[in-house]
Amino acid sequence: MDILRFITAGSVDDGKSTLIGRLLYDTKQIFADQLEAIESSGRLNEDGQVDLSLLTDGLKAEREQGITIDVAYKYFNTEKRKFIIADAPGHIQYTRNMVTGASNSSLSIILVDARKGVQEQTRRHSIISSLLGIPHLVICINKMDLVGFDEAVFNKIVEDYKRFAQKLNAKDIKFIPVSALKGDNIVEKSTAMSWYTGSSLLQHLEEVPVSSDINLKDTRFPVQYVIRPHTTELHDYRGYAGKVISGVYRKGDKITVLPSGETSTIKSVELGGKELDEAFAPMSVVIQLEDAVDISRGDVIVKQEDNLEATQGFEAILCWMHNTPLKPGAKLLLRHNSSDTRCVVKEIQYKIDVNSLDNMENVDQVQLNEICRVFIKTSHPLLVDNYGNNRSNGGFILVDETSYSTVGAGMVVDVVNEKEPSYMI
Amino acid sequence: MSKQYLDYLDQLEAEAIHIMREVAGQFEKPALLFSGGKDSITLVRLAEKAFRPGKFPFPLVHVDTGHNFPEAIRYRDELAEKLGEKLIVRHVEDTIKRQNLSEPKGRYASRNGLQTYTLLETIEEFGFDACIGGARRDEEKARAKERIFSVRDEFGQWDPKLQRPELWNIYNGHIHKGENVRVFPISNWTELDVWNYIKREKIELPNIYFTHERDCLVRDGKLMAWSDYIHLDPDDVKITKTVRFRTVGDMTCTAAVESVAYDIDSVIAEIIESKISERGATRIDDKLSETAMEDRKKGGYF
Repeated sequence: MDILRFITAGSVDDGKSTLIGRLLYDTKQIFADQLEAIESSGRLNEDGQVDLSLLTDGLKAEREQGITIDVAYKYFNTEKRKFIIADAPGHIQYTRNMVTGASNSSLSIILVDARKGVQEQTRRHSIISSLLGIPHLVICINKMDLVGFDEAVFNKIVEDYKRFAQKLNAKDIKFIPVSALKGDNIVEKSTAMSWYTGSSLLQHLEEVPVSSDINLKDTRFPVQYVIRPHTTELHDYRGYAGKVISGVYRKGDKITVLPSGETSTIKSVELGGKELDEAFAPMSVVIQLEDAVDISRGDVIVKQEDNLEATQGFEAILCWMHNTPLKPGAKLLLRHNSSDTRCVVKEIQYKIDVNSLDNMENVDQVQLNEICRVFIKTSHPLLVDNYGNNRSNGGFILVDETSYSTVGAGMVVDVVNEKEPSYMI
Repeated sequence: MSKQYLDYLDQLEAEAIHIMREVAGQFEKPALLFSGGKDSITLVRLAEKAFRPGKFPFPLVHVDTGHNFPEAIRYRDELAEKLGEKLIVRHVEDTIKRQNLSEPKGRYASRNGLQTYTLLETIEEFGFDACIGGARRDEEKARAKERIFSVRDEFGQWDPKLQRPELWNIYNGHIHKGENVRVFPISNWTELDVWNYIKREKIELPNIYFTHERDCLVRDGKLMAWSDYIHLDPDDVKITKTVRFRTVGDMTCTAAVESVAYDIDSVIAEIIESKISERGATRIDDKLSETAMEDRKKGGYF
C-alpha cells in the first residue's frame, strides 16, 4: 500500500464538495457522528438528501459563506492505497490556496459541469496544476445526469479540452464522465453510461502509477541537522541527518559536499541508529562519511558523478501570496529546502494570465494571487534544480523580512550561471 | 513494482522525521509535548528515529491536569527513564493557585480548558519557541485546516485567517520574539495509521488502551470513568463495564468505549468496524458547540 496525494479544486457550484463527500461516503470513511452533525445542521440538497458538501467546509467563516477559503486536508483509504486529499477553493481570489494544495499533489481532479463544458475556471485549474508540475490530471465531467448521460456531450467536452490542453505540461490526462450527486462512476461503474468503458474515478485513483514520478536519478541530500552524541563510545560520531529528496545513496558511494566541493565516501546509511542497505527518495535517514568533513545545515551531499552547480541567480515562476503587491527590487528572505538566504527580485519579466496562459509584458507590480516570471539574485549560493527536471529541488518560498509571513512561492525555470561578481544586496 | 518502493507507513514516517529535524534545525528552544496518549507516544518513537544515536534536541514536557489516568502517568515516567531523556512536568493545580483561577463547575467540569494556562506559563518559563504536538488533521474539522508549522502569538492564539501558506516540504519557522510555533509532525496520519505504526514498531502502550473492567457512570450516553474528579449528580449510578479508552486525556472529559479488544490487532479490527469517529466517541469537550475546537485553538489550545 502506498500513498496518493491529490488535489481537488473547484467550487460548490461545480459539485467539488459533493464529489469528495461521495468518495468518502461510498468508501465508508464517514462516521455516524459526523453524518449526524451534518444532518442536525438541517441543510439538505435539492433532492432532500444529506448535503455531502458540508463534510468539507471546516471553518466558521466558510460555513457562514458557504465557500471553501482555505486548503483542507481529508483522508481515506482503500485496500490498495492511502489517499490524502488537498481540498482547495476554486475562485480566482483564492489562487494562492490552490497553488499551496497543488505543491504536494501528484494528481489533480478537475471538475467540468457537463451542461457548461470547458470554462474559464476549468482552464485556470488545469493551468495551475500544470505550472505546479502535477503529472496526472483527471478531468471529471460531472452532472452527467443533467444531460441525460449523453455520450455526445461527453465527447464534445473531451475534444474541446484536448485542444486547450496542448499547451499544458501534464504527461497524463484522463477523462471520466460522472455524477457526483448520484454516485455514477465515482466508486462503482455507472449502469447509466454503458458506452463508457474506462475505470471509475476511484479505480483510477487506486491504479494510477505514482512511484515512477519520483526522481531516483539525481542524488540530492540536503543536510538538516548534524547528530553528535558526544558519548564516550560514540565520541567521534557525526551523522548527517536529512531527507533524500531525489536519487539513491549506498555505502561506498563517492560523494561531494556542496557548495564547499569537499569529497568523501559514504561510511554508512542509517535510520534510528540501524544501518540500511540503501536510502532513496523520499526517505529520511542519517549518512555517515569516512572523512571528517566540515558540513552544516543547508549543505547538500551529492554523488560525485552528479553535476550540480551552485547559483546566485535564476529565473522563476512565482505566485504572489500577499496583500502588498510585489515590485521590482523587493528584498526578501528565501528558503529552499534547508537553506536560507536573502534575495532581491531584480526583474519582473511578465505576468501569466492563469485563465489563458498568455503573457502580459511591461509589468510594474504583481498583486496577490497573480503569477509572474521573475529574475532573482541571492546573497548566498543555492543548490537548485529546474523545477521541471526535479520537482523536489526546484521549489522555494519567499518570506517577508519583517513580518516573517510567507509572501510568495516560486519554481526555478532557468538557472543563470554568470561569471560577473555577485550583486550586492 | 520498482525496487525502490516505500510503503505508506514508511512515507508517513519519513515525512514526520523530516518535520522534527526541521524543528531541531530552525529553533533554539524546542519542546515535545507529551501526554502519555498514543499519539505523543508515537512522536517519541519518531524522535528516536530522527535523532538516535544522539540525544533528543528537546525535553519532553507534560502539562498534568492532576486528573490524568494514573496508568498514563506511570507510563510517562517509565518511558522517560528508559529513554534517558529529560522530562519536565508542570501542574495545572499550581497555575490555579498562582493565577487565582476558578475551578470549572457543573456537570461538564473539566480542567481540560485550564491546561492552556499552564501550557502558556511553561512556554514562558523555559522560553520555548517551538512545541511539537501529536494533533492529527483527521481528528476534527478545524484541525483539518491547520498548518504543520502553526504560528501562535504571545497569547498562544491561532488565527485561521493569518495562516502562512505551506508549500512542498518547506516550513517557515521564522518568528518574532515572544511568538512560538506549534508543530504537528503526524498531521497527515489517521487514527488507523497510528495504530498500524504502533503495531509495526511493536510499541508498548499504557494498558488503559486495552480491555479492562472499570467502574463507570453514564453521562450523555457516554461511559465516563468513576473517579474523585468527576462531577457527580445525585442520581448517578456506579456500574462496572468492560471497556477500553480510544483516546487518553483528562479523566473528566475522556469517555471509554465498551470493548473486549485485548491487543493491537483486535483494536485495529475494532476501529475498522467502528461507526463513530475517535473524538466523537470519546470527547465531551468537542460536543459543547459546533466550533468548540476552533474556538479553543483561537484561545491558545493545541
